[in-house]
Amino acid sequence: MFNLSYKAQRYLILFGFLTIPVLLSLTFSYYPALSLLYYSFTDWTGLGWDMNWVGFDNYKEIFTRSDIFGAFKNNAYYFVGGLLQTALALFFAVILTSRLKGRNGFRAILFLPYVLHSVAIVIMFKNVYHAEYGSLNILLDSIGLTSWQQSWLGNPNIVNFSLAFISIWKYFGLSMVIFIGALQSIPSDIYEAAKIDGASGWQSFRFITVPSIRSVIELMMILTLTGALEAFDIPYIMMLGANGTNTFVSTTVDMAFKFQKAGLASAMSIVLLLIVAIVIVVQRKLLFREGK
Amino acid sequence: MERTNKAWTAAKYFFLLIAMFVVFFPIYSVVIGAFKTQIEYYQSGMALPNDWLNFDNFKRVFEVGQLGLGFKNILIILVISVAGNVVFGTMVAYALGRFDFKLRKPIMGMYLVAQIIPMITTQVATFSVIKYLGAYDSMAAPILLYLGADVLQIVIYLQFVNSIPRDLDESAMIEGASLFKIYRSIIFPLLAPATATLIIMKTINIYNDFYTAYLYMPSKELKVVSTAIYSFIGPNAAQLNVISAGILIIFIPTVVIFLFLQRFIFAGVTNGAVK
Repeated sequence: MFNLSYKAQRYLILFGFLTIPVLLSLTFSYYPALSLLYYSFTDWTGLGWDMNWVGFDNYKEIFTRSDIFGAFKNNAYYFVGGLLQTALALFFAVILTSRLKGRNGFRAILFLPYVLHSVAIVIMFKNVYHAEYGSLNILLDSIGLTSWQQSWLGNPNIVNFSLAFISIWKYFGLSMVIFIGALQSIPSDIYEAAKIDGASGWQSFRFITVPSIRSVIELMMILTLTGALEAFDIPYIMMLGANGTNTFVSTTVDMAFKFQKAGLASAMSIVLLLIVAIVIVVQRKLLFREGK
Repeated sequence: MERTNKAWTAAKYFFLLIAMFVVFFPIYSVVIGAFKTQIEYYQSGMALPNDWLNFDNFKRVFEVGQLGLGFKNILIILVISVAGNVVFGTMVAYALGRFDFKLRKPIMGMYLVAQIIPMITTQVATFSVIKYLGAYDSMAAPILLYLGADVLQIVIYLQFVNSIPRDLDESAMIEGASLFKIYRSIIFPLLAPATATLIIMKTINIYNDFYTAYLYMPSKELKVVSTAIYSFIGPNAAQLNVISAGILIIFIPTVVIFLFLQRFIFAGVTNGAVK
């Protein structure tokens, strides 16, 4: 190697350093995505390699069967939950960037749920929500709110709220820490100047804070939306999709691996992929427009 | 003015206390539940356990839930995939950060676009790739899937590579160092802070991942922590007090990592958002 010219070394390095990573990405991201597109036009079962071309039948089925496309209705709970989470996260981020004793400790504690094991969290909430012995109902009873007790996972009107709350509980700290990072990058002399000019706390928030971290707020909204579209593990682990909690992705997974309809599941994946791509493109366009 | 400030400060602490209560309430009920006997669990509600030294539930969890096996398997997967990940990530960042070549932009774009593909739903097709490679139902499957660098990792590494002065490379070249030596002796060591952050983030993500192991390693001997605890629910569900002990044990590793290495995690999270 020492005798080679730097030009030859350059080729060696580029080839040697990039081949395997690029191959990994092609094999496990791009090839699956492209073959999904092909499978989506077939009646493939996922077992064996027999498949027949069926044209747009799978796509028609998605948009006409209410139990498939209608599953997005349940994703809406996670989206609303995500909006609430973003608002709360911003609120607490503002609190924790102000002068306050013990703010690093509070930040660490509120972030803690994000690092906890995701499956264990869901099972933990299964115990908390337990209708008879769950700690939530016991707590309500002990503070005299017995009438508020619910069958948190059994009542079909409530179950999706209960599940969306787990998502808020887990990801709230992450959003908050991201907001704190953004808020700390705003120079403090702007606030001091505003104070001298007689601006109230709310006015500084509205006219300094929000515009300064606008791009981060937008990013969080996009993450909320795509996260809600892809919501999967909480309903899947907790309920196995029972009791009207199926989201679009958990329906897709069931179609592919439970009902052996890999062709249909592929078409569903493509639909989701397109929706996510559209959301991101729209957001980028909006962002760039503001940049000008 | 002074009075409203004081009221506002009090309100801040009030809101923080509520948030802390919401965070700790479920965790508290798991902690006390883990030390209770079965009868005690169903009768004593939210009270503290009678005996904090009652480790029966923990013993049962390890016996029935095969948690020991789960920890061993996930450790093997973690060590191999995180090590490979760091090697590939730094190599890609060095190649993309230090050299200008035709495929540079396409490769960057490739990583960016790959990020928007929802990985869960493409598993239908990934599944057949893994099967074709003969990696199904072996540890090779998750390792292969975790090994590739992701866009976040490359972006963070690239920031660091770009902040290393090129003079260092050039003076090493004058002394006759090969490009590989420059990567190994200059770039790789100087990326250490980013590597620390990324190792921690990857470890937490892989440890928490349920779906990959669930789908690609159905064998009993290949249980990881996620799939081991998953078998606590469903038809063969364990008692709530035993489950609590399992949850507590599974929480501990990432909590310990978090407590000692907080600043790396916060650095990773904040860097990730600014991309």
